[in-house]
Amino acid sequence: MIYLQLFWEFLKIGLFAVGGGMATLPFLQRLSESSGWFPQSLITDMIAISESTPGPIGINMATYVGCNVAGVLGGITATLGTILPSIVIVTTVSRYLEKFRGSKIVDSAFYGLRPAVTGLIAAAGISVVQVSMFHMDIYQETGMILDIFDFKKLAFFVIAFAAIKKLKLHPIVYIACAAVIGVLLKF
Amino acid sequence: MFSKLLGIYILFFRMGAVTFGGGYAMLPVLRREIVQSRQWMDEETIMDFYALSQGLPGIIAVNVSVFIGYRRHKVPGAAAAALGMVSPCIIIISVIAFLLAGFQDNIYVQYALAGISVCVAALILDAVISMWKKGVKDIFGIILCLVMLILSTFTKISPILLVIACALLGVAAKRMKRDAGTRGDAA
Repeated sequence: MIYLQLFWEFLKIGLFAVGGGMATLPFLQRLSESSGWFPQSLITDMIAISESTPGPIGINMATYVGCNVAGVLGGITATLGTILPSIVIVTTVSRYLEKFRGSKIVDSAFYGLRPAVTGLIAAAGISVVQVSMFHMDIYQETGMILDIFDFKKLAFFVIAFAAIKKLKLHPIVYIACAAVIGVLLKF
Repeated sequence: MFSKLLGIYILFFRMGAVTFGGGYAMLPVLRREIVQSRQWMDEETIMDFYALSQGLPGIIAVNVSVFIGYRRHKVPGAAAAALGMVSPCIIIISVIAFLLAGFQDNIYVQYALAGISVCVAALILDAVISMWKKGVKDIFGIILCLVMLILSTFTKISPILLVIACALLGVAAKRMKRDAGTRGDAA
């Protein structure tokens, strides 16, 4: 029963992959080897597609692998398998959280967690900035410091940030405009 | 009840459909929809959910959705949020897997994505600044935030360990403060 197997394999991935979408990669590599459901080359395609489409990357990967193994129903099964552990674990944690809300120990744990998560998100932001606006690869080839910077994109970044601060529109508006500008200016 | 759950499902469906790049890229949209437009919860609560999601198994975006859904309508709300978040992925990826082979290699798709990623970086920067103002209140927070930023950029330490360590540090720091306070009172 391929659907049950898919569900079980992705349940394990949902349970053990910690720290966001890319954390599912090693699991998928192992799954490819052990099950023979899909070739390793599919994984590279999958990363490209996951990054080119909206939605959490881990979920996109589960859907893509499931689709390739057993059609649309396979995609749905793999995705449900991936999110089931989240639903169980997070609702359990939520229940305790509400029970202990306002307790000193929970409050003081969050006293440490809030600055920490700010730092972690800043790190994620920096990696997006680095990937999207700096070309270390070109610099390594040419050796020209100026080649590191993508000035067109840096200028767009500054303008986008100013627009976000000033206009306070819905983020979707900026994302849609950015897609159009990307095409028009050939980013 | 059903219409409320449907409302949660549709909201998370919409957010899932416009989030490029997973957990952290969802933050600006969440702030807009959950904190500003609907005022379901405050920004600190969203930060707490992110911190916990980072330290729990599963995909971060799904974990955060489950936290928010549970806070609204317990387990049914959690399930509605998680399913809403992943539904666009299932639809979009299925379409790409079966109809649009080579979608990710299309030059215009790549231009649009390059524009979007610059915009997402600007949106995350805006979110980080706001989180910094809300969550980093003293020298302990500043140090913790910077240390997390550095550790998560330059090392491969598991985010679970980082999150647990910060929660413990928070508890320890509050206790030390309290002890210092009571000593001060006695003197």
